[in-house]
Amino acid sequence: MSDHEYVPSSKFGKWFNDRLPLLSLASHLTDYPTPKNLNYWWTFGGILTFCLITQIVTGLTLAMHYIAHADMAFESVEHIMRDVNYGWLIRYIHANGASMFFLAVYIHIFRSLFYGSYKSPREIIWIIGIIIYLLMMAAAFMGYVLPWGQMSFWGATVITNLFSAIPLVGEGIVNWLWGGYSVDNPTLTRFFTLHYLIPFLILGLVVLHIWALHVPGNNNPVGIDVKKPSKDTVPFHPYIVIKDAFALLMFMIVFAFFVFYSPNILGHADNYIEANPMVTPAHIVPEWYLLPFYAILRSVPDKLMGVVAMLSAILILAALPWLDTSKIRSAVFRPLYKQFYWILVVDVLVLGYVGAMPAEGLYLLIARVATAYYFIHFLIILPILGFKEKTIPLPLSITEPVLGGMPIASAVKKKESLN
Amino acid sequence: MKNILKISYSIIFLLAATLAVNAAEKVDLLKTDWSFKGLFGKFDRGALQRGYQVYSEVCAGCHSMKYVSYRNLSEPGGPEFSEEQAKTIAANFEVTDGPNNDGEMFVRPAKLSDKFVMPFENVKAAQAANGGAYPPDMSVLAKARSGGVDYIYSVLLGYEDPPSGVTLDDGVYYNKYMYGNKIKMSQPLMDNAVEYSDGTKASEEQMAKDVTTFLMWAAEPHLESRHKMGFKAILYLIILTILVYFSMKKIWSRIESEV
Repeated sequence: MSDHEYVPSSKFGKWFNDRLPLLSLASHLTDYPTPKNLNYWWTFGGILTFCLITQIVTGLTLAMHYIAHADMAFESVEHIMRDVNYGWLIRYIHANGASMFFLAVYIHIFRSLFYGSYKSPREIIWIIGIIIYLLMMAAAFMGYVLPWGQMSFWGATVITNLFSAIPLVGEGIVNWLWGGYSVDNPTLTRFFTLHYLIPFLILGLVVLHIWALHVPGNNNPVGIDVKKPSKDTVPFHPYIVIKDAFALLMFMIVFAFFVFYSPNILGHADNYIEANPMVTPAHIVPEWYLLPFYAILRSVPDKLMGVVAMLSAILILAALPWLDTSKIRSAVFRPLYKQFYWILVVDVLVLGYVGAMPAEGLYLLIARVATAYYFIHFLIILPILGFKEKTIPLPLSITEPVLGGMPIASAVKKKESLN
Repeated sequence: MKNILKISYSIIFLLAATLAVNAAEKVDLLKTDWSFKGLFGKFDRGALQRGYQVYSEVCAGCHSMKYVSYRNLSEPGGPEFSEEQAKTIAANFEVTDGPNNDGEMFVRPAKLSDKFVMPFENVKAAQAANGGAYPPDMSVLAKARSGGVDYIYSVLLGYEDPPSGVTLDDGVYYNKYMYGNKIKMSQPLMDNAVEYSDGTKASEEQMAKDVTTFLMWAAEPHLESRHKMGFKAILYLIILTILVYFSMKKIWSRIESEV
């Protein structure tokens, strides 16, 4: 794993390191050669690690006061908000932390899409990332059920009912998930258990994600392989650490603004009404980060096909390294892909918007068009584009470009001004 | 710096999208100045005390507030009645306690540690007394309606004669701002429905504003400390960010590259 042998200077250090090479690991992590042209879109990996740790720490604290029981969950959340010391702060960090986590993960994913970070030799990193993303959605959904408000209850009812679309065994599976014949106390207790478990699974996968990253090293905005270590790279510490810290602090300011000044703006007002199986809310909508997939689900008239479409929309990403046939990684050198990329971004935003609207009339039509385009992008445009597209010639290295793309041009300019 | 600009743009864009989604649901609600909005927003102590008076004299006959305790009335950041006043308020209510050493339940005056006594035993009793409609618990009501305090304020002032063509059943009233425009609560606030002890004129708007402020406090009793801490936290983060920015510039200046 390490690029050079690390020898601890102290005798004890050497004794310990021979038995458990933690010091070698630390040395590898600090020296890890990182392309020096990484831009701020690359800081979201560190930000996501921060989000995960924040969610785990606040979540553990909340679990000390929360009661997973259908009759007491809502009340225990109010107890946390009112009577637990700084309980309001911990809960608001946890609730908004979920949104911040997804904001960061979407930027992280779209960065990968733009710079082709999913391509060889980084397919495994990408696939582990998709699994993490799926687990995040499961954790977030189950976490949203725990306060046992109206949206918790009815969201759980709608999403678990999706499994009834499976032919023959669907009904049985739904009853098995519920632990009964409707969403009730057994559902709540198992959701709590799984909500507690999943973050630790994610943590384990994050370790694998980073391990897999450290084998080929980071992709970079130019998307060409860098020799490492070389003058194209900088050691992770202090160069990348300080840059990640700066970006993380900027992110935390946004985060803090939500927590302290509009802690409920990203949630739904109905979730402050205690769950009531007898009253269905006017509109059942998931949290904002699940809306694009909710739109895809509802755009298909058949229930089973809707579920299949929704799952495919996520799983198709795992096949992306093979669907994208272009050998060029960075969109900087792919003039056509760059435009399709931005159209996809808008398409996903549109899906998110119509996901929040009632599935009728114009909204439904827009949702169908946007869903169709989403699949066309991955299944048709990307495979063909790799063969048809005329790409811009790549530079030889990130420091000594021969021909300029966007980030290179600025580097050249800087060089000229220095001379 | 160009890159930072880009990050900012995209964050703003995402936020704007979320806000647009929320805004789409809103009708034009009545607006008033809430002292508790904004970076330094605080509750107006007088409004909270008057609001409690409106709540206890007008609303509390039907609406429970089961997550709020009498002690909260004297805590900092709230109406800040003196502890004696809060004790007196509590003592006006009776709670069933027990069992005592003889195994009997008994009735005693409420104490500071008790939760607000509910007007009805349970939801069914509340419905039976209110023509089948359950008067919602008011503990978190200000957060439980989209539009929040503006919505509650508007509904309180939104009673009108129904437009022609709208027929209402007995015990149903027309309200301009209520979802679906039909409400089973009769107009709760008329001019001088209460007599304020501080001499404030008890106009309909004044009472609506006071009681809504009180409801916001009941839903967010730690709002003031949240705002105070938020300002400090964000100021701290900004200063730290600036320091880290210059450290970063310094470190990266060792190699010839643009951060």
